[in-house]
Formats: sequence, structure tokens, C-alpha cells
Amino acid sequence: MKRSHNFTCIVCPMSCQIELIEEDDKILEVRGNGCKRGEEYVTEEFTNPVRMLTTTIPVQEGRIAMLPVRSERPVPKNLLRRCMKELSKVRVKAPVRCGDMIYENILDTGVSIISSRDLSIGNCSEVR
Amino acid sequence: MIEVDVAIIGGGPAGLASAMKACEEGVKDILIIERGMELGGILLQCIHDGFGTFIFEETLTGPEYAQRYIDEVKKTGINVKLNTMVLEIDSAKRIIAVNQEDGLLEIEAKAIILSMGCRERTRAQILIPGDRPSGIYTAGVAQRYINIEGVIPGKKVVILGSGDIGMIMARRFTLEGAEVEGVYEVMSNPGGLTRNVVQCVEDYEIPLHLSHTITNIRGRRRVEGVTVAKVDSEMRPIKDTERFVPCDTVILSVGLIPENELSKSADVGMDPITNGPIVDEQMQTSVPGIFACGNVVHVHDLVDDVSKVAEVAGKGAAGYIDGKLKKRRSPIKVRAGRNVKYVVPQIIHGEKFDEDIRFYLRVKEIEKSVKTVVLADGERIFEKKIKIVKPPEMVKLDISPDILNRITGDELIIDVEGEEDEEKP
Repeated sequence: MKRSHNFTCIVCPMSCQIELIEEDDKILEVRGNGCKRGEEYVTEEFTNPVRMLTTTIPVQEGRIAMLPVRSERPVPKNLLRRCMKELSKVRVKAPVRCGDMIYENILDTGVSIISSRDLSIGNCSEVR
Repeated sequence: MIEVDVAIIGGGPAGLASAMKACEEGVKDILIIERGMELGGILLQCIHDGFGTFIFEETLTGPEYAQRYIDEVKKTGINVKLNTMVLEIDSAKRIIAVNQEDGLLEIEAKAIILSMGCRERTRAQILIPGDRPSGIYTAGVAQRYINIEGVIPGKKVVILGSGDIGMIMARRFTLEGAEVEGVYEVMSNPGGLTRNVVQCVEDYEIPLHLSHTITNIRGRRRVEGVTVAKVDSEMRPIKDTERFVPCDTVILSVGLIPENELSKSADVGMDPITNGPIVDEQMQTSVPGIFACGNVVHVHDLVDDVSKVAEVAGKGAAGYIDGKLKKRRSPIKVRAGRNVKYVVPQIIHGEKFDEDIRFYLRVKEIEKSVKTVVLADGERIFEKKIKIVKPPEMVKLDISPDILNRITGDELIIDVEGEEDEEKP
């Protein structure tokens, strides 16, 4: 069955409204894109949409209560919520350096979660 | 009395980059005064990515972007006073500040760089009627609660305003397990970048209601719900479109205002449109030796632009101390023309130029296939075609020295010309 999907392109400020038509996951046509990059963008968004995951992890004995973390690389978009669930169990202890590995190979994606700042030892209750 | 060469008020991205540049330019005695417990400013709570694509050519989170500058500052002899609040600055460049360790501090600086950033507009500034229960936060405050303090301020959230922080918080609340009932935007277009509309709102199937506003907040102790309504073309709520939305939290993302209490105490001349100081091409204000950069001047959309312009201020401050800043007798005024809300810098003081000047302008309305035109004495000295201009996305124009050095007269006008203004072939 032929199906149509609509996307707003975010490659440049033009924000083209692009329509992708597919049949059984095979792309038949892309229209509405002002340039080649728009076609690449919607093809990627249709076949394998990925996003960076950024969140926070509770820190013990840190200067502040939460450590910001991110995925080293983008992860599949449909796994974001499951990644969050997985990370909700994680706790770290200060000190932490920016770039430290916090969680290896999340959900077998091959992508690890890393720290996104230095966080030294402290008593965050004083900060609150 | 402490004496320094350059005092920098605020250790966010503008303060950090201006300090680094002043240091590179050979200024010995630099002091950054920061109100918070650490350097980095608001970047520390902006844990999402997308920072640094111009400066570092990679996409970083806010804390990572700040870390790069903090690491650099630590390698230099730049002094930093944390947990220190500046109370007053005067036009003789004396600073009164206070902290727990030193008590009251008097600092005399040869040059000052204002980099205090901006603050969020609150409910009081947009006059939402109704009760005054707990549960109403600006987006930045909610961001701090969640990302730094580790506290989720509510379970069912209505967001007013589709500025970038509002949309980013819509995603953040959703990922942390709260329900975002919808984002309501009074204008007919989103207030933030399209990337955020797609990746923060549409990705999570959060309804974005354009041309809508909140007309009432209800709740005895805690927010119990809001009344929302569609607005007409003049942004007046339409009575019979009102509906009640139960929620426990209202998040406001309704604009940012440069924070200039201190600038005013130093008698710095202000621009009523940007709400920031009037600056020249060195980012010098109307008070000699006081410079300003970043969101204290006007609200930027990208931190990369803040860092870049902060370097101009840092270099300017260094030049001022060395007595190298030459001023022409009558400055050139830069005026916002057709479809331009404002232009920064607002004046040009230099006599001769050997570097580009970057003009930042914000347009009033969305327009496609435009030409930005710089007029001097009625002559078109610069033209650049742009596919589309939008209010949320700042337009940057780099004007080269050979054009700048040809300017006669004392006024520049920057226009955005629409298609219909052009001669049709």
C-alpha cells in the first residue's frame, strides 16, 4: 500500500514541507524539497531517524545534585524512552570528568553514555 | 580598594570569551566577578546539545561548551571571584560588590565588560489573570530544578510560549515522565527554531497550539488548571473558544529581557528596542571604557554568536586600556530600516577599518527571497540575497573594511527588501 509521510526539513532556515511517498517501506517519491539536502534529510528521517540523548544522572557527594550526560553519538529515535528508563537506575559518585563513560553500550546500540561536565566533590545540600 | 585592568561582570559565555580575548591581547590583570557558585552561567543548565557548531564545528551540550572555556580560563592568570554579587557600578568604573568571604568589595577598573546576560519575562509582565497558586514557573527556572537540582516541578504541564527554552522543556518534562498537555503560542508562528519544533515537540507528539493563549489560571494552593483560548488577528482572546485544561504546572517561555540594572547605575545609554546598551563596533557603550557583550546587549539565538561578539568586547577593552581606540569626530549612526526591528552595533566610532564589522539584525516579519541592503548617504554600499528571514533567526551581515572605509556621511540604514521592491525583469 502506498503511504504518504510529511516532514518539516530542518537542514536550513527555509523549513521546506516535504512529502515522502513509500510503498512497503520502499521510497517512491520525495516532493516539496527545495534542494538535494532536503531529500537526504527525509530519507534518513524515514529509514533511520536518530537523535542525541541528553539527560541527567543523580550524583553522590557532588558539588551539585545532578550530572548532565549525553550519548556519544545519536541513538535511534524510537529507543529514546527506553534509554531513559535504563538510565533511571544509574547513580554516579563524584568526582567525574567531562567525557567519562557513565553507561556502556546502552541497549546494545553500540553507543555509550558519557558525562558532559567536570563535577567535583562537594556537599550539594549547601547549594540548595 | 582593589585595582584591576579589566573587570568582567558575569562569568557566563560572554564573560568567559571576553576574558580570554582580553588576556590574549596582553591585558595582565583581569577579574571575572560571578554571582553563581561556578563559572559557565546559564549554559550549565542547558544540558541539551546543539551548542558550538560554528565555534568548535561540532555539536556540544551547554555544560561541555562552558567547560571548554572554563578549562582555557584556568590555564591563564585570569582571576575569578565566585559567589560574588555586584551591587553597583558607576561611570568612573568603580564597582561595589559583596560576598561572604571578603564582605564588601570596592573595585576600580580601567575598563569594565558588562556580561550579565538576560532574565526571563514572568507572569507579571504578560498579565495573565487568575489565582496565584504555586506551580507557575518560567521555563529557565524549571530547567534549573530538573537539570541541576534534580527535582521535577510537576506532573501535568501546560507550556505558554514556544520560545526555544519552552520547547526544550516540553521535551525534558516528557522524557522525565511528566505529561505535557500542550504548548500554546499567541503568535501565528512558533517563537523558536524549527529544529526545536521538530525535535522537541513533534517528536513527542506534543500538541502545539498556535494563535492561542492562557486567559486564566485557576488553583487554590496549587495550580488546578488553566483556561486557554484562540486569539484573533489582533491577539485578542476569542471568548467562545475558551476551554479549561486541567494541569498542575504552568511553564512560561514568553521572552527574555537583557539584565541591565547595573548598566543603568553606570549611566550607560540604552536602546529602547533591544533593552540593552547602545554599543559601537568595539562593543563599547556610551560610557568610555565600559563595554558590553552577549545577551545583556540583545538576546542572541546562538551561544556561538555570543562568544564571537564577546571577543570583540575583550579586544576593545584591551585596546581602550592601551589608548589604541581611535574615535572619529562624529559617529556614524546605524538605523534599522524596512522590516528590521533592530541592528547591533547601533553606532560606528572607528576612523579607519582593517577588519570586518559584523552587524546583527532581527527582522520584524517572515519574508522570503529578500535582499539585505546597506545604504550610506542614499548609496547602496552593500547587498546580500537571503532566501528567507524569520524573527527567531538573527541575520548576520559581515561588512568588509574596503566597504567600511568608503562610508561618507554620518548615517547607515539597513533595509530588508522584499521581492516586490525589486525591479522585475
